[in-house]
Amino acid sequence: MKCVTCRGPAIIDIRRHNSNFCAEHFLEQCQRQVRKAIDEFSMFEKSDKILVAVSGGKDSLAIWDLLLDLGYNVDGLYIGLGIGTYSDTSLDYARAYAKTRSLHLIEVDVPSTFGFDIPNGSRAAKRVPCSACGLSKRHLFDEEAIKGGYDVLVTGHNLDDEAAVLFGNTLHWHTEYLGRQLPVLPARDGFPRKVKPLVRLAERETAAYCIVKGIDYLVDECPMAAGNKHLGYKNALNEIETASPGAKHSFYFGFLDRAAEFFATEASIDREGLGACASCGAPTTSETCAFCRLVERAGGQLPERTGVNAVSVDLGPTRSGAVQ
Amino acid sequence: MFGPSACDHVRVKVRLHNPRRDLDIEGPITIINLLARLDLNREAVLVVRDGELVPGDESLSDDDAIEIRPVISGGAQ
Repeated sequence: MKCVTCRGPAIIDIRRHNSNFCAEHFLEQCQRQVRKAIDEFSMFEKSDKILVAVSGGKDSLAIWDLLLDLGYNVDGLYIGLGIGTYSDTSLDYARAYAKTRSLHLIEVDVPSTFGFDIPNGSRAAKRVPCSACGLSKRHLFDEEAIKGGYDVLVTGHNLDDEAAVLFGNTLHWHTEYLGRQLPVLPARDGFPRKVKPLVRLAERETAAYCIVKGIDYLVDECPMAAGNKHLGYKNALNEIETASPGAKHSFYFGFLDRAAEFFATEASIDREGLGACASCGAPTTSETCAFCRLVERAGGQLPERTGVNAVSVDLGPTRSGAVQ
Repeated sequence: MFGPSACDHVRVKVRLHNPRRDLDIEGPITIINLLARLDLNREAVLVVRDGELVPGDESLSDDDAIEIRPVISGGAQ
């Protein structure tokens, strides 16, 4: 296997590009794809203050590293979810990376702050763990991004993540979610701007990026995620990708180019009538937001009403979806 | 021409994750054939040796110790 750029020995093949790369040119390829996503979707500018959600896994550490190398001003945000030693270890990886580059990492610990953890809280609230985890993270991402005055919140969603969510939403025709499955969700009152600069890289590439750069990340999967639908969709798509390289890219980017706009109206209707949560002030269509309801059902302590992301009326079509 | 006798067979040490376990696989064998033998999808894993990626066409030789690292992740979205 030879590198497509220099003809030296290659370390990785990327079949959807019909290309092999040596270490040096693979890193360049990753930077090129991230830069292209940022430019193509006008995600942010060099002058923006950026917050990246960091889990200690390959995707979030890769995008933090890539954005820093591309010259952006990026802080990290870690949410501790109380998933036993898995959470402890993931925090260790996030802290270790931040330390190596002298970076600012904001830490929010759900058990000590809100009095519940994801395993017990999801049981008490009769939610599946991934659902309770996802809604907690989205709520706290929004809150911390606005509280910290960040221009944009970056998440480490990659091409496989987006293709799998699209696959699930299409399989069940969740049309209200399809209209908001975009690489950029603009800011509105109460919600920060959210972007996904890894959408042009597959997760095999983000993992390879970390290995080549020597970035230690948490390899083991979250114990709560075993057997979930999302992983099943990824496996199914990988079978298709093996038989037809480029299928995941065509599926997701074809959707963005030719289909997403048809679902935009429904996505915006779904967000009409947003008001402020009576408990924390966050945007919600109910009297109390989903996070505060989860905290109550889990027997935790309701957050104080800080007002940092409080809203009064009608926010428009920007809220992060229940699936994404 | 004679093929290798049973005592000439090399053994490749393979570490797998989720759940973590170690295997000894008869070699020599290329990465692509190893993944096929273990019924692993190439899109879903990377092969690492001494902290470096091992390309798919490389043949594993005597006393090689590799890690087959899963790359699929995803719980809460």
